[in-house]
Amino acid sequence: MRDFAALFQTLDETTKTSLKVQALAHYFETANDEDKLWTIALFSGRRPKRAITTTLLRTWAAECAGLELWLFEECYPIVGDLAETISLILPDSSDTYDYTLTHWLNALIALSKEPEDLKRAFVIDAWDHLNGTERFLFNKLITGGFRVGVSQKLMTRALAQATGQDEADLAHRLMGNWTPQTTSFETLIEADDPEAALSRPYPFYLAHAVDGAPDQLGPITDWHAEWKWDGIRGQIILRGGTHFVWSRGEELMTDRFPEFAALLDFLPSGVVLDGEILGWKDEKPLPFAALQKRITRKTVPAKLLRDTPVILYAYDLLELNGEDLRESAFSTRRAQLEALLQSLPETAPIRLSPSIEANTWEQLATHRAQARDKQAEGLMLKRCASPYLAGRKKGDWWKWKLDPLTIDAVMIYAQSGHGRRANLFTDYTFAVWNGNDLVPFTKAYSGLSDAEFRQITAWVRQNTLQRFGPVRQVPAEHVFEIAFEGIQRSTRHKSGVALRFPRMLRWRQDKVAKDANTLDDLNEMLVIYG
Amino acid sequence: MASAPLITFTDRGIYCPRADVYVDPWKPVARALITHGHADHARAGHGHYMCTASAAPIMLHRLGEITLQTVQYGDVICINGVDISFHPAGHVVGSAQIRLAHKGEVWVISGDYKIENDGISEPFEPIRCTHFITECTFGLPIFKWQPQAVIAAEINTWWARNQAAGKTSMIGAYSLGKAQRILSMLDVSIGRVLTHGAIEVSNGILRKQSVTLPDTIQVTPDVDPKAYAGAMVLAPPAALGSKWARSFGASSSGFASGWMRLRGVRRRRALDQGFVISDHADWNGLCDAIKLTGAENIYVTHGYTDIFARHLRGIGYNAAIVETDFQGEAAQSEESEAI
Repeated sequence: MRDFAALFQTLDETTKTSLKVQALAHYFETANDEDKLWTIALFSGRRPKRAITTTLLRTWAAECAGLELWLFEECYPIVGDLAETISLILPDSSDTYDYTLTHWLNALIALSKEPEDLKRAFVIDAWDHLNGTERFLFNKLITGGFRVGVSQKLMTRALAQATGQDEADLAHRLMGNWTPQTTSFETLIEADDPEAALSRPYPFYLAHAVDGAPDQLGPITDWHAEWKWDGIRGQIILRGGTHFVWSRGEELMTDRFPEFAALLDFLPSGVVLDGEILGWKDEKPLPFAALQKRITRKTVPAKLLRDTPVILYAYDLLELNGEDLRESAFSTRRAQLEALLQSLPETAPIRLSPSIEANTWEQLATHRAQARDKQAEGLMLKRCASPYLAGRKKGDWWKWKLDPLTIDAVMIYAQSGHGRRANLFTDYTFAVWNGNDLVPFTKAYSGLSDAEFRQITAWVRQNTLQRFGPVRQVPAEHVFEIAFEGIQRSTRHKSGVALRFPRMLRWRQDKVAKDANTLDDLNEMLVIYG
Repeated sequence: MASAPLITFTDRGIYCPRADVYVDPWKPVARALITHGHADHARAGHGHYMCTASAAPIMLHRLGEITLQTVQYGDVICINGVDISFHPAGHVVGSAQIRLAHKGEVWVISGDYKIENDGISEPFEPIRCTHFITECTFGLPIFKWQPQAVIAAEINTWWARNQAAGKTSMIGAYSLGKAQRILSMLDVSIGRVLTHGAIEVSNGILRKQSVTLPDTIQVTPDVDPKAYAGAMVLAPPAALGSKWARSFGASSSGFASGWMRLRGVRRRRALDQGFVISDHADWNGLCDAIKLTGAENIYVTHGYTDIFARHLRGIGYNAAIVETDFQGEAAQSEESEAI
């Protein structure tokens, strides 16, 4: 694992993209095939199932370090990362193992079925024979979640550099339902494999936000406009008489949305559709909160299926008759999509996402203002002549979202962040007034500058009223403007509302606590927008 | 009749009523005993100062015209029956723990300290006492330092590698203490060492009192930074990333601090390299130091006080937290020192 640790360290120590790609490419040129495959898997979010609970890890780590558990637990939020906390408190070892990354991963996978005492013996032996970065990485392999500032795109670019293969082709190969146990580096990266190709989605094209008004995009006739839906971006694949549903996060969700199996009855094989999965009732979209219940269930009970049926709001056609259409113009693909979906019965769980006609940008802006009534977040703008690109490439797809809803709220609790933000208080709980009481209604942890976070952190440290583990209660003094995309009634929250995408828009240093909004204001928003 | 304690804690600082002296007070007082010359311990405005002879030059430089009495380590000064003496704390040159004793009640106030001998500061000496007031900036078991030689090798390897790549190396370090310690760790056969003016001031003061430091070249407007490609530049942390720093062309920057032990802090600084080195004691250093005093009563000041005090109580000490104005909570102290 030493070469992997060296790679990790290089990636971790630089913010320069070119150096990261260079380090990754060097690794892909020098590591063995198994390790390369695992590295690709880890950096694309494919980690093995957690073999050991974090509770056990904490207990064992405290024991090994000769510390009481409470002391370990106090260190954790300060470090902000469990794997790191463990590696920091353990004593250094003089006699270390030099096994490959694959060796450790296979051992951990095999361990998942073993009894607890064997797990314990294995983990402690590993801790005793690893140091520094390697010990940290070993813990990360167990707890998962590598955040090293390497996007899949970056990794793909490095892999393309190292193998001499086309980047787009590689990106396509890396999609889908593989794990290092089900494939090999040769099969995944080098060989032709029709079986694997069957379920493989295309890399999603992602839009950028319009900066200000869209008129700098040129004549409106070059553009196609449609609603921006608030659902799950998904790709539905119909090939070889079977179907697959992929989320944008490359998660295979076929089983979560069983109603899409019916598409096989309505559409030919060799079709790949891009669109938004939406809860759908009475010919209109359900709010995102309804869909959320579906996402969290791996298998769907019949009642939920009845209450929250889903459809695909299709807006692009990537494959037809088994042929990759991505190179053709959006307008051509759209015409083919319209033809394909024309005259489908209402029972088919699919709709064509309607186009929005406008002759001027001003006209379009008027449409945009109606988005909330349509249950949409705003508009999407797609260049008529553009091919379907991979990833977040600027220029052809834009999202022109509505301005968020906002409310002024008082900060009442603060908690330190994780990772890069460990040791800074970045996660806050906010409240609004209900008479003389403050009712907490949301948390938010983004939107401020580093300098503001530092300033608030210093204030929190000096003004803590009470500590509840890592959470600190602070005086109700600071007012923040909270922006959010939607509001829903919620029985789970004291305030009775749940917000969608809450974040801090700005710190209102010009306001004092009593200037904050009230629960009545929130309820009014609920009536208008909920 | 129960006698009043020898030491009390006031809003001006740690106070000995019997001798009428304060230790590192943060508000103006008549008589102040000063552990060392860092700004949060040696403040302006006191009537009379006392510190070690080797701390005096920095004190005078920073505080200007003050009434200052100096003592040698180990000398005992008796004020109204209280024996007062200064003992090496190993934090920076001249830094001291201050011992106050009266009729068998012995207090030691640690100031800032570290256990490892850094080769420049007078090495830390454990002092037996009944009451020990200790800092605990790094009072968590996640903070453990490597021996200085290991970090020196890391720094020199990094320097040589940068030099081979045609880059200048730049380390951010506090102008009094850390900068001289790093300087003494450098392998000057690799190349030249340039310094920021703020650091060179401290260097000059220390050299005058016969502390041996490698030769340095102060960066002045007359010095062309490009003429020293591959050099090592020592600068206060705030100068890293500034226009001043960019004048050196291609460079790699590092920061030397105990906080560099934490990945989150390293990444937040967005520097190329973090070197884990501190002039404060690490977890084991604090625990050992406390044990060696033989004291039963421990008072913890700046740092992770509540956690550290709870730990001490758990292993049988009478431990209490003392609120001080020594740079608030720990995470701030090393990050906020001005140039």
